[in-house]
Amino acid sequence: MTTTSAPPETPRPPEAPGPKRRIGDRVFAGTTTGAGVLILLVLAGVAIFLISEAWPAVTAPSGDIAGGDGLGAYIAPLIFGTLLAAVIALLIATPLAVAIALYITYYAPRRLAAGMGYVIDLLAAIPSIVYGFWGIAALAPALVPFYEWAADHLGFIPLFAGPASATGRTMLTAGIMLAVMILPIISAISREVFSQAPALHREAALALGATRWEMIKMAVLPYGKSGVIGGAMLGLGRALGETLAIAIVLSASGGISFNLISSTNPSTIAANIALKFPESTGLDVNTLIASGLALFVITLGVNMIARWIINRRADFSGAN
Amino acid sequence: MTATRSVEPATAAPRSGLVEQHRRLPRLALPGLFVLGAVVGVAFSALTGFSVVLAVIYAVVLGTLAVYVASRAVEGSRKALDRLVTCVVTTAFAVAMVPLVSLVWTVLSRGLKRLDGEFFNSSMLGIVGQGGGAYHAIFGTLVITAITTVVSVPIGLLTAIYLVEYGNGRLKRWITFLVDVMTGIPSIVAGLFAFALFALFFGPGVRLGIMGSIALSVLMIPVMVRSSEEVLKLVPNELREAAYALGVPKWRTILKVVLPTAIAGLATAVTLAVARVVGETAPLLITVGIINGTNLDPFSGRMATLPVFAYYQLTQPGFPPEYAIDRAWTAALLLIILVMALNVVARLISRFFAPKTGR
Repeated sequence: MTTTSAPPETPRPPEAPGPKRRIGDRVFAGTTTGAGVLILLVLAGVAIFLISEAWPAVTAPSGDIAGGDGLGAYIAPLIFGTLLAAVIALLIATPLAVAIALYITYYAPRRLAAGMGYVIDLLAAIPSIVYGFWGIAALAPALVPFYEWAADHLGFIPLFAGPASATGRTMLTAGIMLAVMILPIISAISREVFSQAPALHREAALALGATRWEMIKMAVLPYGKSGVIGGAMLGLGRALGETLAIAIVLSASGGISFNLISSTNPSTIAANIALKFPESTGLDVNTLIASGLALFVITLGVNMIARWIINRRADFSGAN
Repeated sequence: MTATRSVEPATAAPRSGLVEQHRRLPRLALPGLFVLGAVVGVAFSALTGFSVVLAVIYAVVLGTLAVYVASRAVEGSRKALDRLVTCVVTTAFAVAMVPLVSLVWTVLSRGLKRLDGEFFNSSMLGIVGQGGGAYHAIFGTLVITAITTVVSVPIGLLTAIYLVEYGNGRLKRWITFLVDVMTGIPSIVAGLFAFALFALFFGPGVRLGIMGSIALSVLMIPVMVRSSEEVLKLVPNELREAAYALGVPKWRTILKVVLPTAIAGLATAVTLAVARVVGETAPLLITVGIINGTNLDPFSGRMATLPVFAYYQLTQPGFPPEYAIDRAWTAALLLIILVMALNVVARLISRFFAPKTGR
């Protein structure tokens, strides 16, 4: 849109007649600019305060950190668990979200489409703790038969090595729950880019005799590809930072394991903080904040890449 | 008759050829085939020991397969692929509905039990086992959310005004980009930030309501900026130019022309931003904590909030556990009702108070 495409040397149109700048104008412009700068300061403040509180854990002798093997050994399994849960969620949610976006934009009856989009958006509005409640009460028990079957029949794949968890509170359950939570984010952005696919391209494809799927494949998907990737990255960012839903559902015991259906799972950074923070004191607090700093850096990177991909598309869309 | 007959085949022949290429299944055939496949699927699952989930999976797979095979035989592979994709995409939408329905059903069926007067009237002070309520948590949530709104809305709105009306060049680009990035800050990191900020001044172990508000503001400001920026961009430029042409200074134009035009959209933006933070648990868990009594002073000591209340009632129910778990579900139900109500209010505001732009 107008965010990045403004030509640098455009002369500003005169705002007030003559050289006289009113005092009200100056005050108002200053206030709004100050608010904008404040946001930059807040973001910088988040980084600075986290670093300052994490620093004692970074410099502490490795024997003092919980676990006794130093900060790296403490955080590494947590990062692994965080990434594993988020990747599972992404693998499940992305195809589903693209299909939903296509359904709402090009398949659903026109009159119902807006309402359906709204219903999907409601999924995003539900607080994450309620997802946790649902995950432990409804989703996990429902998945137990599948886990038992998978442990029996798919046990040769390391992911399903078993033994199957009797409660269903496994990494795969957490991943599926995260998938439900990030589904509306990915599908909302996909929907937006799909609906912006140039009508001329679509109509040309249909006029040449393409079926609806061929039209989508030729005109819509190539146009929407970067938007879908960006949306998926945003979903990834959300999945990485999701806290209480995972803290409630995942039965975590630490360590690194690719076994998705057993009852011993790696924890995630955010869930670990939520579970340990209220009871921690002293250096443990600094350690947890250091792990939070790692999470902050990871999500910041993911979000920056996502925004960069989405904004790059906006530059070329010519639809402003 | 005979004269026309001799002419017809010449013109009709290519047309009939075309028609043959585009042979289509009759309209009702496809749903019929799908149902047929589905019935076979259900029967198949009944043979192997009936379960609802398996029956639905078999039914959908076989129904889709029936449609695909029939369409491929009659209409050709391209059309068949199109029909297959239609089935797949529709199924995907239905699959996404399952968690929503299941979630609402689960929370309703478990939460309605304690949705009574006592739940709204009493706190958890001195409650062991039966009874008790979330009075303290409900009002704690209201207080903290109100402070968050008071902090975030002016900052967010002013930033949006800067981005739309004043900003240009590098600073605007950076603010836009960083606001987008800030939208993705994990809520727990926002909580850690507030904790780190206050721990520097008040020492470790500090828990205050205002800390929670600061943490939630970090989450709410970017949402507020983004949505009000979109709203302000919708205000037609002609209105601003008309005001400038009359010699109205810029700041008065913004206050008297731009903001009133966009007021409905801004109200929607505020409501949605509040809905976004009202159910946040993680930052409150580590900054505000929980207490059993009622504390509505955000500047002294721990406070109870609805999401944290629900979390602790579920995970540390005490003994006997069932009463606390019932309270937890009712609190979760209350959260959903609150968020949904805010969403509906936002919809209504944007529908009924939207300015008539004449476009």
